[in-house]
Amino acid sequence: MTISSTRTAHTVSQRRETPRSSTRRLKTARGFGRHCALIALAIVMLYPLLWMLASSFRSSDDIFRLSGILVTHFKTGNYGKGWNGLKFPFGLYLINSAIIAAGAIAGNLISCSMAAYAFARLRFRFKRTLFAIMLITIMLPMHVVIVPQYILFSRMGWLNTFLPLIVPKFLATDAFFVFLMVQFIRGIPRELDDAARLDGCGYFRTFTRVILPLMKPALATTAIFTFVWTWNDFFSQLIYLTAPNVYSVPVALRSFVDANGDTSWGPLFAMSVVALLPVFAAFLFGQRFLTRGISTTGIK
Amino acid sequence: MTVIDELRTLSEKTGRRDKSSAAAKEERAAYLLLLPWIIGLVGVTAGPMLVSLYIAFTDYNLIQAPHWTGLHNISRMLSDPRLHNSLRVTFEYVVVSVPIQLIVALALAMLLDKGLRGLPLYRSVYYLPSLLGGSVAVAVLWRQIFGDHGLVNQLLGHLGIENAPAWVSDPSTALGTLIVLNVWTFGAPMVIFLAGLRQIPAIYYEAAKVDGASKWRQLRSITLPLLSPIIFFNLVLQIIHAFQAFTQAFVVSSGTGGPSDSTMFYTLYLYQVGFNNFQMGYAAAMAWLLLLIVAALTALNFYAARFWVFYDN
Repeated sequence: MTISSTRTAHTVSQRRETPRSSTRRLKTARGFGRHCALIALAIVMLYPLLWMLASSFRSSDDIFRLSGILVTHFKTGNYGKGWNGLKFPFGLYLINSAIIAAGAIAGNLISCSMAAYAFARLRFRFKRTLFAIMLITIMLPMHVVIVPQYILFSRMGWLNTFLPLIVPKFLATDAFFVFLMVQFIRGIPRELDDAARLDGCGYFRTFTRVILPLMKPALATTAIFTFVWTWNDFFSQLIYLTAPNVYSVPVALRSFVDANGDTSWGPLFAMSVVALLPVFAAFLFGQRFLTRGISTTGIK
Repeated sequence: MTVIDELRTLSEKTGRRDKSSAAAKEERAAYLLLLPWIIGLVGVTAGPMLVSLYIAFTDYNLIQAPHWTGLHNISRMLSDPRLHNSLRVTFEYVVVSVPIQLIVALALAMLLDKGLRGLPLYRSVYYLPSLLGGSVAVAVLWRQIFGDHGLVNQLLGHLGIENAPAWVSDPSTALGTLIVLNVWTFGAPMVIFLAGLRQIPAIYYEAAKVDGASKWRQLRSITLPLLSPIIFFNLVLQIIHAFQAFTQAFVVSSGTGGPSDSTMFYTLYLYQVGFNNFQMGYAAAMAWLLLLIVAALTALNFYAARFWVFYDN
């Protein structure tokens, strides 16, 4: 009914104004072409990932023969082989990575929100200077501080523990999140702070009772980004975690590559898929916060 | 609302009267909240950086005490061909991959912007590689697909191209595969561009259309100038980011930077010097050089921005 009525409307308008409707037709054709191009690009971009997933269910010989992504004979053997391919079962590395990520998330949420509230709302001496320093540290390449930090933490006997990867997060060293939260708090009406003050709340209670509950989206963005970055982080985990029992997922994968060279791609792909799944899950559930976070601060 | 406004000006007035005690209280609260950050800044960032400035002038292997060698590390940097090579490789990587990545990101953001159906889906799909691209798992994948008998050469074989290079094990193409990997992660800057495009008032385009401006003219006279702060922001960020590339080169080359040092990124060389050979003095000097280079490039970017970045006040 609606289709036919729009069609008649269309033909009427076509009869009346031929040039306009032809441009419209051109436009839909162009839109169709655009969608085709965008879909093609999406397939090209995702193809390697889908192929890796497919290959993780194939024998190592087939991986070098089959370039398609449709699996006809599922072989789950790679997962068992990969899981037990190193000194410890892969589950241990997953747990280690999860501990590091959980510690980093807790640290960033607590320390960054505290600093952000101070920068966004309170007045104090040297505020501009400190704020400027904070912004500069965002752009500081992490490798510049890694050598001295390594010296510091090795002296403290923290090598082969998770402490060098977690403790700095409780000291708000990921300044991007301070900035992200400052931006967010600035959008919260000040009247709410004032109302809390009138009700007798001090600065800390205003922070914990009013600001923190209102900045849940910013906290979620921080948590998700911290998770993804910590889960993917390689350089610092590589230098601090050298004993197999404390290996994180990336370090374990790398030692898998070194141990087997280019021989057992099947198990390697299987464990790579396992390593990527948590990030993919974070992507699925946290998309909203991720895109919002990137748009406001431009973090990766 | 007005009551609160009233009270607010009142409280400000009273605040001014006993400024000393109220302001001191506020300041104390602020510094207490900032305490973790300040400890981190002094203890984990700035302090160690200053220490490393000292170590840069010493010979230090972590076991014996640092031994002052004056300018030795600097003169070694001047005559270290592997360092020069790593700088060349890193610059090539940055100069080629960042512009391509940003152009692709901008082009797609503009294609996606105009009220396209399915925009959130496209945006998500294109963004996914940005989240995964830095991982060891994807680097492992890259190592296979650009290997001698990898996926790319299989697909090329289907097209009848048999004498394709061995990509990751060929010094002339190995760096190219890493550039492709970086371009593949264009989703993050694309999302920033999309947010920027959203900010441009539609009325500008309508006015331009009334004046008969072509699409090309609209792009040049409206979109690009108004988007230039975002382009600048992405440029600065991606350059700094690309300078720190490490994981991909490390995994693809098994930590060697090979073949024949063709993927020897600066950070990879830094890792070898510091954490394979434990020459912490030289590594600290290299870290400072990295800082100076990134700072100089960022300053240059900010200087150049005066001539092409347009701020609409």
